[in-house]
Amino acid sequence: MIKVSKLTKDYGARRAIDNLTFKAERGEIIGFLGPNGAGKTTTMRILSGYMPPTSGKAEIGGFDVVDQSLEVRKIVGYLPETVPLYQDMTVFEFLKYKADLHHIPDAEERVDEVLEMVDLIDRSDGYIAALSKGMRQRVGIGQALLHKPEVLILDEPTIGLDPAQIIEVRNLIKRIGKERTVMLSTHILSEAQQVCDRVLILNKGHIVAEDTPERLQSRLSGSQRVELKLRKGVEEALALIKKVHGVTSVSVKDDNLLEFEMSANQDIRPNVAKAVIQGGFDLLEMKQNTLSLEDIFLELTRDETPHPALKDRTE
Amino acid sequence: MRNVWTIAKREFRSLFIVQIATITLFVFLLTIGFFFYIEIYSAVQTQQYIPSMQTSFQLIVFPLLFFAVPAITMRSIAEEKRTGTLEFLLTAPVRDWELIIGKWLGGFLLFLVALAVTLVYPIILNFLVKPGIDMGAMLAGYLGLMLLASAMIAIGVAISSLFNNLPASFFATLGVIIIFWIIASPAQSMQGVGADILRNLSLTTHLYDTFLAGIIDLKDIVYYISFTIFALFIGKTAIEIRRWG
Repeated sequence: MIKVSKLTKDYGARRAIDNLTFKAERGEIIGFLGPNGAGKTTTMRILSGYMPPTSGKAEIGGFDVVDQSLEVRKIVGYLPETVPLYQDMTVFEFLKYKADLHHIPDAEERVDEVLEMVDLIDRSDGYIAALSKGMRQRVGIGQALLHKPEVLILDEPTIGLDPAQIIEVRNLIKRIGKERTVMLSTHILSEAQQVCDRVLILNKGHIVAEDTPERLQSRLSGSQRVELKLRKGVEEALALIKKVHGVTSVSVKDDNLLEFEMSANQDIRPNVAKAVIQGGFDLLEMKQNTLSLEDIFLELTRDETPHPALKDRTE
Repeated sequence: MRNVWTIAKREFRSLFIVQIATITLFVFLLTIGFFFYIEIYSAVQTQQYIPSMQTSFQLIVFPLLFFAVPAITMRSIAEEKRTGTLEFLLTAPVRDWELIIGKWLGGFLLFLVALAVTLVYPIILNFLVKPGIDMGAMLAGYLGLMLLASAMIAIGVAISSLFNNLPASFFATLGVIIIFWIIASPAQSMQGVGADILRNLSLTTHLYDTFLAGIIDLKDIVYYISFTIFALFIGKTAIEIRRWG
């Protein structure tokens, strides 16, 4: 559905995104994760037909975003980062306006349907200026859904919503994501973990990682860490565990805590447990420490040195 | 084409919501009414000439449009840029030229409403003057004003697309309109091609010498229409450049 290859966008001398290549299929929810200024919004703006890239190609539903921008805009529902709303319109008027621009037949019925979907039916005649931030966000989501787009591009969709609404919106996205393609950006990592089938981590205009949230965790950590709690004798146990096949390292963490590392593709926890018990130690607890998406994210985006490509440009 | 109408309707309505339309209509009609009254009054006093609508227009229409047009058009694109709603329009399946023409049409419709209301004056006049007013001359005058406003509003929309702040948009439009108003003045003391060019560029000469004198000349119609198209083209280009920026 979405096909992006070697997409690059410069703002003057600043390169916002550099050589992005990725794909998204129908029925897939992909998440764009990255710190501020990583290029998430820029990428989404290009895909929504708002602006063309400096170089590279992007296709949505087989249409080129530059040459067939109008076709792309017909099948894309886009929620920009700052929800652009006309303060002087009522919720209904605004959605009706959008529906008219999309030439939706029976526009008024469809608007009511969408209002129901985003739970704003009772504010239908209220002016947008009088809405709370969360309600405005929902109007924004509503306008993106109005024409039943094949591809939904949501720039930080849950920002400004209260916890209950966040859950609602996430469920809505998941529901839509079953039949359509959804691309969303977020800096809330748990959100990406919960909602997305695939995550792209973006930093300084580059994709630094791309995988399912689960695989990303295991792949990036490379090894699994397991914590052992013993009643006593950690030093002696350390030597014992070291001998177990598949253990890459062991260390003492606390008076009665040990941590060992093993490669992610083979689970040797039972072997370790057996060895410890056979050695006569009292095993109180065994717990796997997974690297959270948070850790991965920080690790991947920590690099503060400018990218080589950027360095070249400034010299 | 359907989008042009959708956008024009929205533009027209929003001018009323922010009360620019109401104020503009009020000032426009009040001033025209005042000059119309003076026209009749002095005609009755002097008994020298037959009062006509065109003379009232001649006196007041330019100064009035100097402010009415920028007031109507200053928001058109600039406000969308300022509030970010331009992103909404540019990602909707709307062509850039549909957006520009829609914006222009919305403003133009408001002017047509104002002009339509002023029709009461020639109707009144028709009862006062015997054997009635010169209908042809009056219609020529109205056609001229419509064409003039079309060109001016196109300038306003084009300039609005260059700014994202309303005072800048207002005064830049005012400035450009004034330039095209006075551009023919140097031609009075000039000769040759240069003078002709200046005279032909002027928004004024095409109105005063022909339409308001009761003459409909194809040349003037072509002038105003080309002027409108050219200005709208600049506006469309400004939006395109913004996309690429």
